[in-house]
Amino acid sequence: MSFISYLISGISLGSIYAIIALGYTMVYGIAKMLNFAHGDIIMVGGYAVFTIGITCGMNKWIAMLVGVVVCTVLGIVIEKVAYKPLRGASSLAVLITAIGVSYLLQNLALLIFGSNPKSFTSVVSVPMIKLANGELTITGETIVTIIVCIIIMVVLTLFINKTKAGRAMLAVSEDKGAAQLMGVNVNGTIALTFAIGSALAAVAGILLCSAYPQIIPTTGAMPGIKAFTAAVFGGIGSIPGALIGGIILGVIESLGQAYISSQLADAIVFSVLIIVLLVKPTGIFGKKINEKV
Amino acid sequence: MKSLLQKKSTRNNLITYGAVIVFYAVFQTLATTGSLKSLYKGLLVPICAYVILAVSLNLTVGILGELSLGHAGFMCIGAYSSVIFSLATHETIKSDFLRFLLALIIGGVCAAIFGIIIGVPILRLSGDYLAIVTLAFGEIIKNICNVLYIGYDSNGFQVGIKDSSVQLAEDGKMILKGAMGASDIPKDSTFTIGIILVLITLFVVFNFVDSRAGRAVMSIRDNRIAAQSTGINITKYKLLAFTISSFFAGIAGTLYAHNYSILTTKKYDYNTSIAILVFVVLGGMGNIRGSIIAALILTVLPEILRGFSEYRMLIYSVVLIAMMIYNSSPKLQGIKEKYSIKRILDAKKRAKALGENEKEAE
Repeated sequence: MSFISYLISGISLGSIYAIIALGYTMVYGIAKMLNFAHGDIIMVGGYAVFTIGITCGMNKWIAMLVGVVVCTVLGIVIEKVAYKPLRGASSLAVLITAIGVSYLLQNLALLIFGSNPKSFTSVVSVPMIKLANGELTITGETIVTIIVCIIIMVVLTLFINKTKAGRAMLAVSEDKGAAQLMGVNVNGTIALTFAIGSALAAVAGILLCSAYPQIIPTTGAMPGIKAFTAAVFGGIGSIPGALIGGIILGVIESLGQAYISSQLADAIVFSVLIIVLLVKPTGIFGKKINEKV
Repeated sequence: MKSLLQKKSTRNNLITYGAVIVFYAVFQTLATTGSLKSLYKGLLVPICAYVILAVSLNLTVGILGELSLGHAGFMCIGAYSSVIFSLATHETIKSDFLRFLLALIIGGVCAAIFGIIIGVPILRLSGDYLAIVTLAFGEIIKNICNVLYIGYDSNGFQVGIKDSSVQLAEDGKMILKGAMGASDIPKDSTFTIGIILVLITLFVVFNFVDSRAGRAVMSIRDNRIAAQSTGINITKYKLLAFTISSFFAGIAGTLYAHNYSILTTKKYDYNTSIAILVFVVLGGMGNIRGSIIAALILTVLPEILRGFSEYRMLIYSVVLIAMMIYNSSPKLQGIKEKYSIKRILDAKKRAKALGENEKEAE
């Protein structure tokens, strides 16, 4: 029974990774950059909901809405201020800037909220389920996380394949120059991608802080990096890949923590990343791109 | 001799060596005469370690053009391996100097071996993947060091990942205690040794950059495909640069660890990797002398501005973003050229020369 409960908690954790990985994978697919600050947007989302919902005592739905809006605006602002001037610059320059943004967000949070963990009240009010004579309990957070993850995947897939804006995204990720010639607003599309990615990060932040009810300025950093691992695992740029990669990674982490060593869980996850990149650098669903001279 | 000095790079390198030696002479005199506050005296060895780290990371980031976010991981390997050695041989090797020399070699070589192990697979990747894998590597090393228990007794060494797995006889001694790390490390690092190591690092890096191998590495940075098509073995030269870089990170780790009596993984985490990256970016990527100056200033400045220390990391991050946008934004290049100090000075010189010419003509 304990194996199944570890498995379920792994799937729940993996669903959060999958939602974060979506943001990475979309931005990577379209702007061809690794948005290092993505993990820290999760943390901003968590703090926004904490401030509105718990410190100010507002309704949790309003708090969550504000959290999502704050992150969306933040994502667009970061793109405009930090990344847009560097479009066309070397990838090293963009990456270092992204690290700078990530650090800036962490240290702003540190100055505003301090380094002490703040306890976060779960926003989920679904009761837990007991199965097999109470031997197996599934918390409400787990159920909500998995359901939210599935809904996001379905909606996002429909959005990208059926709407005009979604198809513009596909076009930009395929060939920026050609898309511009066809009348696609490239800058607008990139901003939209950042907005969607950041909104998803806010959702992931709320779910993460509900499942592990505390928040510190570095809350988002580790899940962010692990979610990137998940995105690479599933094949960067692929939406189903992010889902599969996230869940596999969550399960590996949960089982590794339970059966090998709780202190080595991170090391196990990162070893997976190195092995994947060695064996199949394009990931499960990734496409191989030949370099042209 | 004259022809040697006429070469611009040689002259520049000699200036750098000279500046380091002058720095040493000034601060060593201040320290021995006691006019240096103990706070700053304690900074002298860390400064040497950070300079070595910045110079060695510059080899990877500036010369090779690949972003490594795991430099502190190599530093950590150097620190742990050398401290284990120092503690194990504390009683057998009596000479402090000999023991520390061996510790330095062990620290550097262990880090270099890991550099090769990690470099062979990941240097085939490029750009963002390399950055994230080196980051992951740094975290793995930190995780493993945090659960390592090592002790020795008359029967030999025992290694385990749990406290209970190391059972020592009565004469045994624990060296590493998991997350508690090691304690009672002999304080073998001195400012003099630190400066000698800085000079050795500079000598190796300068000569590497000016050598055939260094030219090959820079050609890979500038255009990988063009370099490959002229017959340069990409993996070999990348690996060479990466290994040298990790070797010196290990040396710096050894130097740093032997400056304090306690060793934990706290000082060797992701934040340290970023701090070293800031030194390199602020000093100018590929500019070795810039790295030295940036490492020096950014280590000393927070200590002088103590009340300011909360904002230190915040300022680091703003500096990173601003420097990258200023230096790399395609749109800013035109403005930069128009208002560059060099150009304005040149224009003044030209105007002056023109004025003199006119006078002569009159």
